[in-house]
Amino acid sequence: MTATGTTAQADPSAPVARPPRRRGVEFTLIVVAVLLSVYGYCDVGLARNGSVPPGVVGHGAGLGVLALLAHVAVRLRAPDADPLLLPIAVLLNGLGLVLIHRLDLETPADRAAPTQLVWSTLGVGLFIVVVVLLRDHRVLQRYTYVSVVAALVLLVLPIFFPAVNGARIWIRIAGFSIQPGEFAKVLLAVFFAGYLAANRNALAHTGRRLWRLQLPTGRVLGPVLAIWLLSVGVLVLERDLGTSLLFFGLFVILLYVATGRTGWIAVGLLLALCGALAVGELEPHVHSRVEDWQNPFASIEAGRGPNQLAQSLFAFAAGGFLGTGLGLGHSSLIGFAVKSDFILATAGEELGLAGLSAIFLLYGLLVERGYRAGLGLRDPFGRLLAVGLSSIVALQVFVIAGGVTGLIPLTGMAMPFLAQGGSSVVTNWIIVALLIRVSDSARAQGGRGPDEEDAR
Amino acid sequence: MTGNGRPMARYIRHAALFCALLLLALLVNATRVQIVRGGSYDENPANRRSTIARYGQPRGNILVGDGPITGSRDSGQRFRFERTYRDGPLYAPVTGFSSQVYGTAFLEAAADGVLAGTDPLLSPLPLWNDLTRGRNPGGNVVTTLDPVAQRAAYAGLGSRRGAVAAIEPSTGRVLALVSTPSYDPAELSGTDASVARAWARLNSAPDKPMLNRAVRQTYPPGSTFKVVTAAAALDAGVVRDVDEPTRSPDPYRLPGSSVRLTNEVEGCEGASLRYAFQWSCNTVFAKLGVAVGAGAMQGTASGFGFNDRELRIPFRVSPSTFDTRVDEAQLALSSIGQYNTRATPLQMAMVAAAVANNGAVRTPHLVERTTTGDGSTVATTGQRTLHQAMNPATAMRLRELMTDVVEEGTGTNAAIPGATVGGKSGTAQHGIHNSGTPYAWFISWAQSDRSLETAVAVAVVVEDAEADRGDISGGGDAAPIARAVMEAVLDP
Repeated sequence: MTATGTTAQADPSAPVARPPRRRGVEFTLIVVAVLLSVYGYCDVGLARNGSVPPGVVGHGAGLGVLALLAHVAVRLRAPDADPLLLPIAVLLNGLGLVLIHRLDLETPADRAAPTQLVWSTLGVGLFIVVVVLLRDHRVLQRYTYVSVVAALVLLVLPIFFPAVNGARIWIRIAGFSIQPGEFAKVLLAVFFAGYLAANRNALAHTGRRLWRLQLPTGRVLGPVLAIWLLSVGVLVLERDLGTSLLFFGLFVILLYVATGRTGWIAVGLLLALCGALAVGELEPHVHSRVEDWQNPFASIEAGRGPNQLAQSLFAFAAGGFLGTGLGLGHSSLIGFAVKSDFILATAGEELGLAGLSAIFLLYGLLVERGYRAGLGLRDPFGRLLAVGLSSIVALQVFVIAGGVTGLIPLTGMAMPFLAQGGSSVVTNWIIVALLIRVSDSARAQGGRGPDEEDAR
Repeated sequence: MTGNGRPMARYIRHAALFCALLLLALLVNATRVQIVRGGSYDENPANRRSTIARYGQPRGNILVGDGPITGSRDSGQRFRFERTYRDGPLYAPVTGFSSQVYGTAFLEAAADGVLAGTDPLLSPLPLWNDLTRGRNPGGNVVTTLDPVAQRAAYAGLGSRRGAVAAIEPSTGRVLALVSTPSYDPAELSGTDASVARAWARLNSAPDKPMLNRAVRQTYPPGSTFKVVTAAAALDAGVVRDVDEPTRSPDPYRLPGSSVRLTNEVEGCEGASLRYAFQWSCNTVFAKLGVAVGAGAMQGTASGFGFNDRELRIPFRVSPSTFDTRVDEAQLALSSIGQYNTRATPLQMAMVAAAVANNGAVRTPHLVERTTTGDGSTVATTGQRTLHQAMNPATAMRLRELMTDVVEEGTGTNAAIPGATVGGKSGTAQHGIHNSGTPYAWFISWAQSDRSLETAVAVAVVVEDAEADRGDISGGGDAAPIARAVMEAVLDP
């Protein structure tokens, strides 16, 4: 390891060799991420008007200052954190701003990029608050049950507000639309991690064996059923298929990681399947999504023109391998939600399969770094928290990216960091902050040294 | 410290593997959508990207003489550049329209590749645009039209329904192509509600302004078809001397039927071919057609271009017909341009042109050449002979007969001082029991006395000549229009 950083030298007297801190690497990557975003911003202007847009200095400076502040916070309070997490978040957020700015050009009356920048600032602010104030992630374990209560309140809140575009997931306060469900994700991850870390032995060691599956007993099945009911409740009351899928997937993953019981997965998948089938048949909003997925071009054949999914597929197809170039595609044909749920279609059309794959790999890297932090920790709560937070990102990317590319039925959900949506951006910055905190602990403990569980 | 010996790290790796599988599924699916299925999605008719790209740049222009008769206007809409037309109604049968909503027609359709910039010939390098996703600027299409002749034809038809086609006999270049009533194709440019209204109005109008009568409407050619019959008779040796009396009765009883064919003029009984041609004796030509026989008649008609379903100039021309399965009575009527004999004005101009060009029919064409946006030639239309319709000797004798018609027959209205003009009039009756207002025809050619070549052949049809039925005649209604067009070409 060469001294790429300015502070990254291990203490020679430490019993276990510390990995280098790599804050210099992080700084360099952040600079690259900001420059890439600025380049994208310029590229849009050059492609559209043939000139560098006047807002480029503000854009670059704004993003740069935010990233720098976040970096300073990490350097001061989490010096051992994984150096890739923050640059990836900055790059994705910057790219999202560029894509939203680019789509704003199609809708001059409805400009979303300035608002998104405000939310990003708020997100980075909360990132800094979390990194600075939360000195040890284990503190969160104390708030396991507070978290679940808070999450439930946040989830239930939008039911009292009017539905927007068929889903009751928004509340409007003073002109701002907030999706409380976004924040509930983090709280639920904390709750799951805390609950499972405390109860995993009971969950793992009871139950009957049926064929090759180890089934849990009825007594511990209760909480699982409760979560399943919660998911279905969210789905039915708020018509939010994506969030319920996310909650359930998150719970099944964490349950498996905590107990290693394949039986849980079987039960989970069975319940999910029943729920999905029932809702898919009975709930018209969801049912139409399933039908669109099975035949995205049905509306064209019926003479009603392409629906959003078909338009999204057209956009991806128009991108081909290299894309049309930023600012030169026509993803605005998708219409409604092109800046939020369908933001990936713009990336696919204008950056091509190459750019889209790069974005997917960035997410993959972010998730992998989260999992790695989990592996590096010794306390089960921290491990489950890291896995849970990473899985939130992974599932969210899969659900929405799979939806807009026709892999699975489309469900409304924000692409982390890329999509327009304040609550989502803020939540994802908090997730990254927690991952920074967790990875700092993991690497400060001596990297991927032997822990008590693997050393049997 | 859990102490149960369960290797949580292993499960974390399993979960990570699961996430990796999700990522892999996304990548594979993205490849499927963007690469494997991409082509079929791009070509889906509901995908408007190709239309957006098509209207994203100014369309190339159609040129008459040195000046463009089309233009492009930046509308700032999604389908950005809209077509404009200079003298739209005058040139509508040539240009057709280019509409964001209704597509293209005529030259706009036939030369679309060049005009829209998609023609690979416009590329500086092969496959260059496939690589750069670029599109060449629209190329221009230079027509063969003579603007003065076009205007003369349009003005000559005036408010009457009809059509004019004029070609240069020695090359096949189309000099004028007019159809009235016409319309302004600019009304169909763009995406406004007014476009849909214009489309509905133009399509439901009783006088069919969007019908290109010069190439897409066939009429019974009537007596003008006697040029073809005369050519067949001379080529087949049925008539050896144009001044020798033919043994034809007046009235002529159609073979195998009781119908008696009569004439509008006197002196047709036993008349010579010259007299019969000059005064348009139906009896003589009906009998000649029967004497030539169905096979030879059809052969000569095909030589002039009848029954040709493939003719494009470069847009499609409706086939003119000479029925091949006829009995002798039907053959007799077919030979005087009745029964199932039908011709477009362009076809009849080709008949006149063949006579003027030693019997050779040159392939008619409207496009002189195509150029890139900055004017360098991309392709030139080659001049070819479509058919040799008759022997050159026959053509010489027909020239003589047609000249007689203008000098002292039914076509004196077409005479031009200082030029040799040959013509043939026709008054085609149609409808049940010939109840419709007859069509007035005139086909002719003109050669300046100062020139060695015939400069122009023209066909005029006037549908609704506003006169008493008895007074309608090709010589009276159509010949003056033909003269105006010929004069325009001879002395611009």
